[in-house]
Amino acid sequence: MTSPIPAPGEPLPHYVSTAPFDPYSVEVMTEEQVRVNQASQLRLMWWKFKRHRVALASGIFLAVLYGMILICEFLAPYNLHTRNVDFIYAPPQRVHFFHDGDFVGPFVYGRTMQLDMDTLKRNYTDNSADIQPVRFFCRGDSYRFWGLFESNLHLVCPAENGQLFLLGSDRLGRDVLSRIIYGARISLTIGLLGITVSFVLGIVIGGLAGYHGGVFDLLVQRLIEVLQSIPSIPLWLSLAAIMPATWSPILIYLGITVILGLLDWTGLARAVRSKLLALREEDYVLAAQLMGAKSSRIIGRHLVPGFMSHLIATATISIPGMILGETALSFLGLGLRPPITSWGILLTEAKSVSVIAFYPWLLFPTIPVILVILAFNFLGDGLRDAADPYK
Amino acid sequence: MLRYILWRIAVMVPTLLIISALVFTIIELPPGDYFESYIAELRAQGEGVDMEQIESLRQQYGFDQPPLLRYIYWVGDMLQGDFGYSFEYELPVSEVVGDRLWLTILVSFFTIIFTWIIAFPIGIYAATHQYSWGDYGLSLVGLIGIAIPNFMLALILMYFANIWFGTSIGHLMDQKYLSEPMNWDKAKSILEHIWIPVIIVGAAGTAGMIRRLRANLLDELQKQYVVTARAKGLSPTRTLVKYPLRMALNFFISDIGSILPAIISGAEITAIVLSLETTGPMLIKALQSQDMYLAGSFLMFLAFLTVIGVLISDLALAVLDPRIRLQGRSTK
Repeated sequence: MTSPIPAPGEPLPHYVSTAPFDPYSVEVMTEEQVRVNQASQLRLMWWKFKRHRVALASGIFLAVLYGMILICEFLAPYNLHTRNVDFIYAPPQRVHFFHDGDFVGPFVYGRTMQLDMDTLKRNYTDNSADIQPVRFFCRGDSYRFWGLFESNLHLVCPAENGQLFLLGSDRLGRDVLSRIIYGARISLTIGLLGITVSFVLGIVIGGLAGYHGGVFDLLVQRLIEVLQSIPSIPLWLSLAAIMPATWSPILIYLGITVILGLLDWTGLARAVRSKLLALREEDYVLAAQLMGAKSSRIIGRHLVPGFMSHLIATATISIPGMILGETALSFLGLGLRPPITSWGILLTEAKSVSVIAFYPWLLFPTIPVILVILAFNFLGDGLRDAADPYK
Repeated sequence: MLRYILWRIAVMVPTLLIISALVFTIIELPPGDYFESYIAELRAQGEGVDMEQIESLRQQYGFDQPPLLRYIYWVGDMLQGDFGYSFEYELPVSEVVGDRLWLTILVSFFTIIFTWIIAFPIGIYAATHQYSWGDYGLSLVGLIGIAIPNFMLALILMYFANIWFGTSIGHLMDQKYLSEPMNWDKAKSILEHIWIPVIIVGAAGTAGMIRRLRANLLDELQKQYVVTARAKGLSPTRTLVKYPLRMALNFFISDIGSILPAIISGAEITAIVLSLETTGPMLIKALQSQDMYLAGSFLMFLAFLTVIGVLISDLALAVLDPRIRLQGRSTK
């Protein structure tokens, strides 16, 4: 047994590793950690957003819808105004695959119409001898694609001399499905345009009020309070009633978007103002001021980007309100007017109880309205959670 | 407390002034006035127009004066209780409006009560059973309540009420009671009819309230004092009711201010579909025919109603929560 202490005068035994020395070895991170720590803010937000499955699905759903409105001429089986005089108020047709036990592919049965002379109701019966196969990538009604060039290519069309009313037809024999697809173009963009108006107003007014404060801030706050305390629908009604009847439908459309935006900016302006009140005391703002930056540059370049993600989330949540607003205004006859077709315009057809009793398929436009509004709500929730990825 | 009330009422004055200016601008904006559309209508029917009579009417109502003066007259008259004259009905506005305003208030009042009765228990359930199936299901139902356009809900309910109960829905009372003064039968008839608009108008507000109550209560339940209370062995009900719920109650009352405009908006649309005897249908007609005093008074009434609602909720809040009361004093 040897003592750990060497005898006097002898060298101490020690061990020196020859491996290269890395002073940061304790702090070495795994590859995964490096990836997270070096990720940009945008990437972190994306990761966080991805975890909210419903929001992700809603986002994809909305992206598909917005993609669809680019090519709705191609997607719709009929044109917007194609009338089928022989098929007025035709109920939805079912797509069959088998006829008498044999596979024929997707087809619909032809129909014969009988007018009930007592109630004047049109009764349609399937004629099982008349098989009308659905055609795909086919030539049908001709249209001008975006008003640019002539075409007649459709994704689906009815058989030659046949009909295809998957969601029924309305009082002029127009296909409800095609009209819903075309209506999406107006209904979906009206929210986006409206939110753009309110976004610009909200950032500029809220930004100036929050950054400068003082009398302007006081005035803006009062104005916001007043606008928020007036019930919105009566205000919309009165503003919509102002638009002269002589305006063209396109002008009316723009007018409605501006009205929707004009009354919506208050919430955004409030959010911007309260954020700016806190942020303007930061050192980097002082630095910018000392370097002689103008206030428009400080607000636009340094302050607003700091909470842009929050603003976008807030804006997403207020789009559904605009879509509903347009629907309500059009339904009351104060919004858009035909020939412009939106979902609200389509729903005006279903204005009376008798329509619901006899032609319930005219209520189909409600379904896309509900789906889009739900999707925007979920997407907004997800964005709001993701807006602050460091939390 | 008295000082707080006085201060709160003083704040209302500038708010109402701005609102009146806004309303006046809105009804002044469309080109032309009531008389122009009236003359056009008479001409279209092939009737002669007595220009002198119309000129004198114009002068009587000051249509030849600049807008600013007319605004001052309008506000001044309103302060004295004179709301102007409805050209369309050829009656003073206060007589035309009278009943309809009360019915609007009635519908709004019942809707708020309905919203509370439904939203309170559901919100508490959703918060205490977070991420359970009940929570998800109720949230989904609530969201759908927000997503369905009011007028569609009105139409569909109207149809099914007709099928199931055999009653014709629409209107707020049996038509025979319309011109009668208020009596027991009329009140009963109103109560029989009022539940449909209340459900329709309340649907969206209830859904929003459930979501907010759930979020607020969840925030509160995660605080440390709740953990402490639980650790000390307080019963779950008491832990919930004693403090977190009281905080949530605070928000419930302050919310009147924000749901009231929404309720009145919803009530307008629903009223038009169901042809209720409230302000909505008449407001639209007045706006379209440029019956400016009538439209202006309606808009003012509605705005006034919400301002009063906010005032009531603020006062109730001050009674409940001393912090708000004291803040009011310190700013003075």
